[in-house]
Parts: sequence; structure tokens; C-alpha cells
Amino acid sequence: MLSSLPILSTLIWLPIIGGLLVLVAKKISVSSVRWLSLLIAIATFLVSIVLTKGFDSSQHTMQFYEQIAWIEVFNIYYALGVDGIAVPLILLTTVMTILVIIAGWEISKERIAEYFAAFLILEGLMIGVFCALDAILFYIFFEGMLIPMFLIIGIWGGPRRVYATIKFFLYTFFGSVFLLIALIYLYLHAGTFEIAALQLTTLDQTQQLLLFLAFFIAFAVKIPMWPVHTWLPDAHVEAPTGGSVILAAIMLKVGGYGFLRFSIPITPYASSQLAYLIIAISLIAIVYIGYVALAQRDMKKLIAYSSIAHMGFVTLGFFVIYKLTLANSSYSELALQGGMVQMISHGFISGAMFLCVGVLYDRMHSRQIADYGGVVNTMPKFATFFVIFAMANAGLPGTSGFVGEFMVILASFKANVWIAFLAATTLILGAAYTLWMIKRVVFGSVANDEVAKLKDINSREFFCLFVLTILVLWIGLWPAPLIEMMDASVTNLLNQAHQTNLP
Amino acid sequence: MNSLDIYSIDSLPDMSNNLMDWLVLMPEIFMLLATSTILMIGLFAGRKDELLTYILSLATLLVMIFLLVAANKYNDSILFDGMYVIDGLANFIKILVCITVIAVFVYARPYLLNRNFAKPEFYILGLFATLGMLIMASAQNFITIYLGLELLSLCLYALVAYVRDSNNASEAAIKYFVLGAIASGMLLYGMSIVYGITGTLNLSEISLYLANQNDVNIGLIFALTFIVIGVAFKFGAVPFHMWVPDVYQGAPTAVTLFIATAPKFAAFVMAIRLLSDGLQPLHIDWQQMLIILAVLSLIFGNVIAIAQTHIKRMLAYSTISHIGFVLLGLLSGESFGYASALFYTAVYVLMAAGTFAILLLLKNDSSNLYEDVDKLSDFKGLSQSHPWLAFLMLLLMFSMAGVPLTVGFYAKLYVLQSLVYNDFIWLAVLAVVMSIVGAFYYLRVIKYMYFDEIEDTLTSQNAPIATAVLSINGLLIVGLFIFPNYLLNYCVSVFG
Repeated sequence: MLSSLPILSTLIWLPIIGGLLVLVAKKISVSSVRWLSLLIAIATFLVSIVLTKGFDSSQHTMQFYEQIAWIEVFNIYYALGVDGIAVPLILLTTVMTILVIIAGWEISKERIAEYFAAFLILEGLMIGVFCALDAILFYIFFEGMLIPMFLIIGIWGGPRRVYATIKFFLYTFFGSVFLLIALIYLYLHAGTFEIAALQLTTLDQTQQLLLFLAFFIAFAVKIPMWPVHTWLPDAHVEAPTGGSVILAAIMLKVGGYGFLRFSIPITPYASSQLAYLIIAISLIAIVYIGYVALAQRDMKKLIAYSSIAHMGFVTLGFFVIYKLTLANSSYSELALQGGMVQMISHGFISGAMFLCVGVLYDRMHSRQIADYGGVVNTMPKFATFFVIFAMANAGLPGTSGFVGEFMVILASFKANVWIAFLAATTLILGAAYTLWMIKRVVFGSVANDEVAKLKDINSREFFCLFVLTILVLWIGLWPAPLIEMMDASVTNLLNQAHQTNLP
Repeated sequence: MNSLDIYSIDSLPDMSNNLMDWLVLMPEIFMLLATSTILMIGLFAGRKDELLTYILSLATLLVMIFLLVAANKYNDSILFDGMYVIDGLANFIKILVCITVIAVFVYARPYLLNRNFAKPEFYILGLFATLGMLIMASAQNFITIYLGLELLSLCLYALVAYVRDSNNASEAAIKYFVLGAIASGMLLYGMSIVYGITGTLNLSEISLYLANQNDVNIGLIFALTFIVIGVAFKFGAVPFHMWVPDVYQGAPTAVTLFIATAPKFAAFVMAIRLLSDGLQPLHIDWQQMLIILAVLSLIFGNVIAIAQTHIKRMLAYSTISHIGFVLLGLLSGESFGYASALFYTAVYVLMAAGTFAILLLLKNDSSNLYEDVDKLSDFKGLSQSHPWLAFLMLLLMFSMAGVPLTVGFYAKLYVLQSLVYNDFIWLAVLAVVMSIVGAFYYLRVIKYMYFDEIEDTLTSQNAPIATAVLSINGLLIVGLFIFPNYLLNYCVSVFG
């Protein structure tokens, strides 16, 4: 019964149309803007709960399928569907959007409607990315996301926002145009833009390698992987709190999702050939970027670099499967699942960390670690949350940060001890940069008068952080529902990954 | 009607066929008579002459659209010994040209009134230029093409100099005229050599003659070069682009709007008539020339646009880069590519019309009548003083950059598809890399409007009709993104 309703279309269009309504509500009053935005975000979340309830996790096929012929000349379909990989990401999106709206409640009243509208429209577009079954439709959402984010950073960002947002836009635009050419090439080769059909297309070795590289540029910039990561610290530092949260929690995941939807299933031969390259880059991200994070003086920059390092685990998990023999396929599954869990967990943790920095920034208007010290004395409740998230970021067992990293390290141990060894350095580095920051910001004696005047978090901020704490601990202690949900899809993906798709 | 369809060129036309020819030609004849009448009325109408001319011109164009839609049933007729052809392409282009000119007149009037530039001549010259474009759309003979082209060009030269007290405009007009005359000369020279070799001016006969030639004729390639130069000049493709920035900047913005929009259709159809209808057998040769023109236009247009501080000049270079895309579509030499180029042209004209209309609707507090809203920095904080105009501009800029959620994306997608289809992947890669470069200066406009604090106080003209048309124009950018089928299918169908 449920599958007959266009649930996915509702998920995409409800926030987009809602966002436009919010712009109209601006004429009435500021509080109507706030409540309407919150209402729309909650309604979208409820629809995504309905989606999860109706989702049959024993199937790996696309569910809640919708298809309408859209553009005849290009043979583009408005085709939507979700599998076990997409559903958790959609849930992540709807949850984080609610929190961002609550966190942005007090933002400057002048352009509050535009601010909320941008986030709601962005939410619809991001959900669209995770549902699209047509390659061009995917591309449209993939690129369309840039517009609201560009405006969010540019309008509500910090002093160097113009530089940061243009860099962000051009970087990601640069990556994705190659994806576009790859898709057009595939279309002329296979005669369709349907992703499922493209995954069955046979391509020779050169074609696969070139297509893989085109996909790789697009998704590596988005994730971002070393060495094309430089836009991320800038964008994060300058973005408003909500922008940082969405950027880290969801937009980075789109890159990882792209690897699972395009690179691995469409060009499995090339993926296996170039897996060593991706693994090497991932390890560089984990180790080198970990050291870079250690050297940061700006809290947001530190978390941004830690994001890059954590996303290194995602790509490592996705590509280490090619270094495992078929006999170890249960470990391959573990690696893929680990990568996925890491994506979801990083979504919550990085979102929470950025919210925490936002809380401090709202009060002190500084992100410099050196400006703080002894925050625990004046903000005990806040300090508790901040320490919990910092522990999760460092990968403490019992938190979600541990689960994904552990799964990936375990799997890579089977593949190659040295890969596992290097990956495991994150446990030291991650703890080092996160806890050192915590030590300098939260603990110690009160550093200056301004810290002494700080007020602890209000109930609104408390709610946001509390919800995230529950989620982080839940996945940390009991990840089974999440893993179960994606199990069938991951197994299917693994089968696809071990095809060659060669003629 | 049957005799029309199979009208044979070498048989002597009898009287009844000639009568039919005149009938099919009704829209153009009406346009000529109406324009001449309006000219006379304008002369004797006294003080209200400008308003009267304006209304009559709009009425004429509306009737033209009606006549052209009705004339669709005469598709594929060849008239006057093969001088003139009525086919799907011609009709489609004519309808688009008329719609565009209506929008141009509506946008231009508040600006002209505000500066006391409003005179009947603007509309009269515009209408004659439109007639020239209509003739070009149907031309099937070198003579007809040249006739239409010169009618268009002469009106445009005069329009650029329309504000005769402005030094910039006069300078621009002289440059335009001299360079345009050289280009026309080149085109004529090429045509005359083709005539010398083939013995005919008729495009289909030339095509037939060339198809029967087995060996390469150097003379023809030589002539082809001149014809391509002529076409490139009218498009404004690099290296024949020198007039574009100066004319765009020097001319009053209302005239720039005219030059930037409708004549692009004319240039497109001229290229199709000459290269496809006439010189298709030389496809391999002109393809290489178009590749050079397209590559240079993309690179120079986009890179130089970055350095501009004046928006009209920036848009001029952006036009050059868009022309590069149109040429990329054309160079494939088959219907898929032609359709993509036509679609690109139509989308480009839609975007250019909207962008220049926004410039027209804004005014600065400068006392100098000849100084238009032109500096990029004038746009600082526009989103706060004019949120709706700024939002439309935002849509237009993203569309020009080819970002999804706007129709500009399909335009680029279509051309890229035709390139990949014809195995020009390197050209496709170059095109997208250059469009990233291009994205920078479009984003910069948005940056001024949205990210910067308000500085100069731009005011807007009180022009409800123009604003309404502009709103439709701007929202079409998104509307056509969601529902592109109608326009796309039409573009495909005219190339059957």
C-alpha cells in the first residue's frame, strides 16, 4: 500500500516547495517563518520515517520506484528509488536539517526566511541525489545542490566568505563537469541514462579506466580526498554554523555515495586496477591530514581536517575490498559496511562538533583555540556534550565513531597488515588532535574575562546536542539495525564489484 | 497546392504559380507595408508620435506571429525560382525573432523615455531590421541572403548611432559599420567565386553541383574561407569579434539589447543556409574552420571576460563564448548538432534578453544621460534594494554558467552530447573546462548582488509592463528547465 504513494517525490518536493512558502511567509512575521520552517522539516522527517518503516531490508532491489518520462529528446527519466544504501543517508539528511533549523533559530532576523528557505531547498536536492535512478537526474541534483550552498556560505558566512564560497563552487563544478561528459559518453555507448542499465553495460579496459578517472575527479573533490581537499577547510571556516553542519554531515557523503553508485558498479575492472591508488590516497588522508589537523589553531579548521581524515576511512573501506580474496568475502562485506557506517556516524559527529563550535562562536565571536580555556567552569552542560562528541570523534569504543573505523581496520588487516597499521594510526592521531583541542578549550582554569562571562547553553541548544548524543551512542552501542538495513544492498554491491563488466 | 510542393526550378514559372508565391509571402509583405505605413504615421502624428509608433509596432509584430503560425501549412514551398524557401526552420526562426523583438521593444521603452531618447525611429529601424532577419531566414539564394543581411546590418549600424550626441555611440557605430562593411565584402567575394565555379547563385543547385564533383577544387575552398569569415563576423566569433565589445559597450543599452538577441537567430539561420543547404558537400573543410573559430571563441571569450569591470563589456565577451558553443553544435554538420545549436541559440537569446532588460530597468543617479548602468560595482547590494530583480539576475547568471536547475544546463548538455556523438570528446572537455572559467565571472555578478553591502543606490524605473515581461522571461529559465520538451522537440523537428 505504501509503495503506491510517491513517497520519494514527497520527500524531495515537500522541502523545496516548503522553502518557497517560507519565502512568502516572510511577509507575515519572523516567528511564522521559524515555525513554518520547523514544521516543514519535521514533516519531511516524518515522511522519511514512513519510508524507513515501509522499506524491506531483505531486498537489494530499488524500492518505492517511481518513473515518469521527462525529456524525450535526451531520453531522461524522472526515475526514483531507494535501496539499503540510500535510506540511511536520507534519514541522516532529514534529521540534520531539523537540527540545523533549530540551531539557526536566532540567526539575524533580516534574512532569516532566505536562510531557512535555502536549507530546506538544499534538503530536497540532497534527498534527490540519494534517490535518483537516472544518471542525469542524479547529476542535476548533484550540481543543483551547489546553488543553495554557494549562497549560504556567501551571504551568511565569515569575513573571507566570498573567497571561500567561490572556491567551493568552482572546485566542485570542476569535478562534476567530467562526470557529465562521462555520463554522456556512457549514454551514447549504452543508449540509456538509467543507472541500473549502465551498471550492466560492458566496457573495454581503456573505456573503464577513463570513465573511472572522470567519476573519480567528481567524487574525490566532493568527499574530498587529498590532494583536492583544499576547498573544504576554507568553506567550513567561513560557512555559518548550519552551513558547516550540512556540508560536513551530508554533502561530503554524496561523494562517497557516488563511488558506490557509479565507480564500483559501472567500472569494476578499473576500480580493481586502480584500487591501490585510492587506498594510497586514503591512507595519506588518514595519516598526513591527521598531522595537519594537529597543527590547527582554528577549531573549525581542525574539525574540517578531521573530516577529511575520517572520510579517508570511507574510501579505504570501499576500495580495500579489491585487495581481499574471494575467500574473504565476509571481510569485504565488513569493509563496505564499515565505510557506510562511518559515513553515517561521521555525519552525526561532525555535525555535532560544528554545532558545538557554533555555540561557542555565538557567544565569543572567535574560533581561535587560543581565545578559550576553562570553558567547563562556566558552561558545564556544554562541556559535557563537547567532550562526548570529541571522544566519539577520536573513535572511543561505545560511540559511533568506533564502529565504522573498527570494521574498516579489521577488514584491511585481512588484506594487508601495513594498510591496517597505517589506518590504525588514526586512533592515536585522532585522539591527539581532538583531545588536545578539548584540553585547551574546555579544561584548565578560566583563561580570560570573556570566558568567565560565558552563559551555559539554553534549552534549544541543549535539545540539538542531546539528540545527537543519543544518536551517536545508539549507533555506537547497537549498530545492528543500521547494518541490517543495508545488508542485502551491500551484498549485491559486492557481487557487482567483483564482476569485470569487460566485453 | 500540389504544384507548389513539387515546384520545379527549371520549368518556366507560370502566372498562377507566381500568384501562389505572393500569397505564401504574405507575412513579409504585410510586414513591409505595415512598417512603411507606421513610418508615415510617425512622421505626421505630432507629439504623440512615439507612443503611437510603439503601439503600432507591437501590433504589427503580434499580427506577424499570427500570420507566421498560419503560414506553417505552406511548409516546404520554394518560391520565386528558388530564391526563397518556406520551411519549418524558416518559420520557427521567424516566430522566435518576432517574439524577441516584441520583448526588446517592451524592455527598451522605459529606458528610452527616461532619457528622452524615445523617438519613432527606434521602432521603425527595429522593424526594418526584423524584416531583414525574416528574409535571411527564408533565403535560399546568395542574393536573397545578402539582401536580408544588408537590410539587417544597415538598420543596426543606424541604431547604434541612434543617440547621435553620444560620442561613445558614434564611435561604436563607425567601428561597427567599417568592420561590418569589410565582412560583407568578404562574404560577397566568397559568393562571387562560388558563382564563378558553379555558375549559379542558388544554394540547392550549388549543393547539387558540389555533390557531383569528385576532386577537391582549391578555388572552392578559397571561396569557402571567405564565406565562413563572413558568417563568423556576423556571429562575432574570435578572431572576428573585435566589434562586439565596443559595440555592446558603446551603444545605448536598449540597442545593445537588440543587437545581442534577435540577430543571433539571423546569424544562426544564415550559417545553416550557407553551410548546410549550400555547402554541405564541403562539410569536412568548413568543419575544421568552425573548430578553430569555436575553440578560440571559447578560450578568448571566457578568459577576457574575467578581466572586465563593466558589465556590458563582460556580457559581450560572454556572448563570444556562447557563440563558441553554438559553433560547436554547428560543426558536426548533421541534424543532431544543428538542433543542439538552434536550441542553444534560443536559450542564449532568452538569457541575454533578460540580462540586458535588468540593466535597462535600473538607473543610477548620474546626471549624464549617456551613462548607463554598466559598472559591475553598481550592482553591490542589489539583493537588498531590489530583491526580485536580483533574484532574476541570479537565475540568469546561473543559467549562463550552465548550472542545473536552469535551462542553460540543457543547452550545454545538448551541444556536449552532439560533440561526444561525433567523436569530438576533446572539444567537449575543452568546452566544459572553459565553462568553469566562465562560471567565475557569472558568480562574481552574484557576489556583488548578494554578498556585498549596499553602496550605490540604484533606483529602478517604474515600468510595470516591462517588469512583468521580464519576470516571465526570468522564470522561463526555471520553467523551461522543468518542462523543456516543447522547445526541444520543436528544435529537433525543424531539422527533421
